[in-house]
Amino acid sequence: MDRIPILRMGKFLLVTIQIDLYDRLATNLESDLIQAVNKTEARGVLIDISALSIVDSFMGRILGNIGSMAKIMDAETVVVGMQPAVAITLIELGLELKGVHTALNVEKGMDLLKDRIGEEPEETEDDENSTE
Amino acid sequence: MKIEKEQDVIPFRNRVKEYAVKIGMSLVNQTKLITAASELVRNMLKYAGGGTALIEVVSDNRNSGIRLLFEDRGPGIKDVDLAMKDGYSTGKSLGLGLPGARRLVNEFDIKSKPGEGTIVSILKWKNG
Ligand SMILES: Nc1ncnc2c1ncn2[C@@H]1O[C@H](COP(=O)(O)OP(=O)(O)OP(=O)(O)O)[C@@H](O)[C@H]1O
Ligand SMILES: [Mg+2]
Repeated sequence: MDRIPILRMGKFLLVTIQIDLYDRLATNLESDLIQAVNKTEARGVLIDISALSIVDSFMGRILGNIGSMAKIMDAETVVVGMQPAVAITLIELGLELKGVHTALNVEKGMDLLKDRIGEEPEETEDDENSTE
Repeated sequence: MKIEKEQDVIPFRNRVKEYAVKIGMSLVNQTKLITAASELVRNMLKYAGGGTALIEVVSDNRNSGIRLLFEDRGPGIKDVDLAMKDGYSTGKSLGLGLPGARRLVNEFDIKSKPGEGTIVSILKWKNG
């Protein structure tokens, strides 16, 4: 396997990382996602990393890159399911996941995305719940 | 274990994990150790074109832990104190690897000679 499937759900793209990624797979995912956001004009990207046993500076950088590139194309990125031990380790390592939101699970991540971009296009005008 | 290419990183991490599980290391400590190990093998690959990594179980009468030794014959590091600083990188990167790895383990020792190579040794106790 050298590609991770990207699922489209309406305005969102969903990626579930099921194994610890080889670097090649991670960089492929980065470019595939950017292309997919561009092609589908997605407004949100949700990445489920609950199966990742560690996030080192390399993987952290990939996630950050995805977040900032997606942002340029007007899409928000949320990383969900980070294991507590991974979160603790990231903080001590000193890595900030810049440019991405985080949520506990896929459901909460979806809520967050809907909240950020507005469920329906017309809702974006009076979006009071935006979590800034 | 020889570390020569990017594909060696995950098998190596898995190996460390096996040892950590075997001695009953807590999950948080396992994660910290493996993350530190990942940073150090990456440095070996990126800056020294590879090297060797050694896994060792250590114990004194109170505690047991895992020591990892990373040895390469790359270009070495001219100013180790500088390389240990957060944000210092000659690879246009974040410069987090070395200082971050030090924060994640109980003991961290680095020796490097320009032109000869670099040896990094880390130790993580099972508890604490
Ligand atoms: N094994 C090594 N051989 C030669 N130089 C090294 C080695 N390991 C680290 N260095 C030097 O030390 C610097 C700092 O390393 P460190 O891992 O902290 O940061 P980085 O690898 O540049 O960035 P990051 O790890 O955040 O991606 C490197 O930029 C490199 O110049
Ligand atoms: Mg590094």
